[in-house]
Amino acid sequence: MMETALFYLFAAAALASAVMVLVNRKVFYSALSLVICLCSVAGLYLILESPFIAAVQIIVYAGAIMVVFLFVIMLLDPFSSEILRDKKRCLAYIGVLLGVLAATILYPVLRAYNLARAPRNPGFIEGGAGSVARMGHALFSDYLLPFEMTSVLILIAVVGVVVLAKRQASG
Amino acid sequence: MGLLHFLILSMLLFVTGAVGFIVKRNIIAMFLCIELMLNAANLSFIAFSRFLNLVDGQIIVFFVMVVAAVEAAVGLAIIIALYRNRNTLSADDADSMKW
Amino acid sequence: MTDCIWLVPLIPLAGFAVNGLLGRRLPQWAVTAVAVGAAGVAFLLSLAAFSQLLRLPPGARRITGAGYTWIASGDFVARVEFLLDPLSAVMILVVSGVGCVIHVYSIGYMRGEGGYYRFFAYMNLFLFSMLLLVLAGNFLLMFVGWEGVGLCSYLLIGFYIDRRSAGDAGKKAFIVNRIGDVGFLLGIFLVFLTFNSLDFDSVFGQIAAAPLRFPFEVQAGILTAIGLLLFVGATGKSAQIPLYVWLPDAMEGPTPVSALIHAATMVTAGVYMVVRCAAIFSRAPLALDVVIVVGIATALLAATIGLVQTDIKRVLAYSTVSQLGYMFVALGAGAFSAGIFHLMTHSFFKALLFLGAGSVIHALGGEQDLERMGGLRRHMPVTFATMGIAALAISGIPPLAGFFSKDEILWSAWAHGHPVVWFFGLATAGLTAFYMFRLLFLAFFGAPRRPGAGGHAPHESPPCMTVPLVVLAALSVIGGFAGPPAWMRLGPNRFSGFLEPSLADGYQAAQAHHAEGTEILFALLSVLVAAFGLWIAYRMYVRRPGTADAAAGRFRWIYRLLRNRYHVDAIYDAAIVRPTVRASTNVLWKGFDVGLIDGAVNGSARAVQGFASVLKGVQNGLIRSYAVWMLLGAVAMLLYLSVYGVR
Repeated sequence: MMETALFYLFAAAALASAVMVLVNRKVFYSALSLVICLCSVAGLYLILESPFIAAVQIIVYAGAIMVVFLFVIMLLDPFSSEILRDKKRCLAYIGVLLGVLAATILYPVLRAYNLARAPRNPGFIEGGAGSVARMGHALFSDYLLPFEMTSVLILIAVVGVVVLAKRQASG
Repeated sequence: MGLLHFLILSMLLFVTGAVGFIVKRNIIAMFLCIELMLNAANLSFIAFSRFLNLVDGQIIVFFVMVVAAVEAAVGLAIIIALYRNRNTLSADDADSMKW
Repeated sequence: MTDCIWLVPLIPLAGFAVNGLLGRRLPQWAVTAVAVGAAGVAFLLSLAAFSQLLRLPPGARRITGAGYTWIASGDFVARVEFLLDPLSAVMILVVSGVGCVIHVYSIGYMRGEGGYYRFFAYMNLFLFSMLLLVLAGNFLLMFVGWEGVGLCSYLLIGFYIDRRSAGDAGKKAFIVNRIGDVGFLLGIFLVFLTFNSLDFDSVFGQIAAAPLRFPFEVQAGILTAIGLLLFVGATGKSAQIPLYVWLPDAMEGPTPVSALIHAATMVTAGVYMVVRCAAIFSRAPLALDVVIVVGIATALLAATIGLVQTDIKRVLAYSTVSQLGYMFVALGAGAFSAGIFHLMTHSFFKALLFLGAGSVIHALGGEQDLERMGGLRRHMPVTFATMGIAALAISGIPPLAGFFSKDEILWSAWAHGHPVVWFFGLATAGLTAFYMFRLLFLAFFGAPRRPGAGGHAPHESPPCMTVPLVVLAALSVIGGFAGPPAWMRLGPNRFSGFLEPSLADGYQAAQAHHAEGTEILFALLSVLVAAFGLWIAYRMYVRRPGTADAAAGRFRWIYRLLRNRYHVDAIYDAAIVRPTVRASTNVLWKGFDVGLIDGAVNGSARAVQGFASVLKGVQNGLIRSYAVWMLLGAVAMLLYLSVYGVR
């Protein structure tokens, strides 16, 4: 009972903030709306008994990535009211239309996956799929190589970002 | 809540992100919509992982988040470089690659 | 020898190949040796073939040689096959003999000219084509030779490539010939349709074997059609009405070319062809009537035009047209061997006349206008004497060759029931004598009228030019005795006797018997008319030189009509040439070629360009636009998968 209410609460929050991301004129407010959306999704992860991922979502996604976004937004004129040039007016309408179309097509497809939720047993949090123990176990055995490669990936990204965003040497 | 509810939600979030990407003209806003789409996908993965009791879904989400972080960093660096060169944040102004 | 008959045309072909490919690098004597040698060898081989033919009994004088299959397509088989019978033997002797003599003459005539090797190469090619024509054993091979001589005529008429008029004359000859060739081709098609073969033996055998049903019903209809169509080709090649207009213009070519091609050999191809198809023509009385009418009309017309021409070669050209008309009169009267006889004698004295004219032109440094000549007999005695003999021969004065052949023609016209034709033929004979001696008197008698007469005196031509003149003159004198008429009691007509087997498939209609006395009377009459023409010419041009101009002034209207050649060229130009050119420019070129074909090609390119320029609009550089396309693709895929399921 509680769960259903929580689900609808978080779902409504996520959807509403997603729409706010779309609708806001100023990009700063869009970014803030996205933060709310991310937090709502973290709540949904908790409902889905994935504590680790929920935590990572809050810490990394909402905490680090969005902060970087906000940094850049601040750097580049956050409250600009400049009307950005639109070279192809019809694209917006086409986009909306396609979105509606996609949703309409997907809905009957997804209905096939009407799996019911398995009943929860008390030790589920510790032994379930989303538990930290199981995830850690899989990460360091089956998926060790990709795990190590992510560190390389991050290193490359760091180097790339420094090179790309560096101010050009004068002269 | 059944799996279907989560999938529907995920779909709606994804579609919102896609439409937002097309509608918004500010590059950073478009980027935000990309993040939205990634999140929708993540939600879908976690939902399946819970309902099929497979840990692989969680792992995928983990890596997706890493990649999303990296991509956000690099993308924002590019956007900064672009702003420095053209002094505009409009995606429509960066159309030199046309025919 | 039987198997080597193919060498006769092939030796000149080899000469052409050598001179054509290597001639530019060879020294002049080598070119001469190859060309004249080829002609000479061809003549010797012709003599050998002739003698071999003589050794066979008269009924068996028919040798076929060197057959190989050229086209084999279903039921249609065309072979390269040569036929040596009395008719073709006479022709190859005339062609190679006169050809050889003219080759020798050309050595001197063309000595200083540019393109020496080219001239002899073309002359050899011509010999090859003409020999191929007369030795062919089927219609198709004969047509190959027919086209070949047309080509060589074009090449040689337009030999002086720096002269626009020469090129135009060459084109005119080729195109007018082509018109005749259409008729010829249609005739060949009809032959094939009717007899399912193009082989002479096969076709004429079928005709001869078919039972004769007088009045020949359907048979005659087809044969008449074939005969008329073939005759159209003959009018083109042998310069009869209405396709004779190319021959006077063809005088633009060097004089030996005029002598060989347009007097002795190529123009006689039409006559040869009709005689070869005697089996067809003799059974188609309507076709024969057409032939004889066209022949006599041409003879008379050309003779009247020749009366007032001032260019020495033009006079001879119209004379040739006129004499060819005589040959067709003979054929139309059914006297095929008389036609060939005149062909032979005419080739002797007409070639002689042309070569003599060339000698005169050469000596005067290119002057061709009769009004500017005169008094040459003192300076060029050999040329004068030989041309005099030729003039007497062509006028039909006995005992030279022309008398015998012309007389036989006129007699056959009367004997086969064409008295009107005989009368006009007689009149033409008088005109012939007149204009021929007019030419002689104007050129060789009287005071010199050329400008700058005080300068270097014209001299006689070198021996390599005068010796051929003498040879031809000798032939003009004795040639007639090969076929004397019966009343002269000089033995049988060996010529027509020799030709008899070739005409065996011809149908011999019953002839009315005429008294010998009538024949002798007519012969005397023709001699008198000729002598009269000679005397008039003498009076007008030697005794009282002003008479000609006075007559021209009195009969100004007729004079101008004749001078302008009855305006035939102008009429053809306005009625046929200009409309054709206009239609060709506006319809075929502008309408069809530029509009349709170029339009289609360019249009398809433009269409592709247009399509591409529409498609390239996709690449507009906008990220959002690309995103839309991606989304569109994804939605399409989703749609497909949701409808058909994932498999």
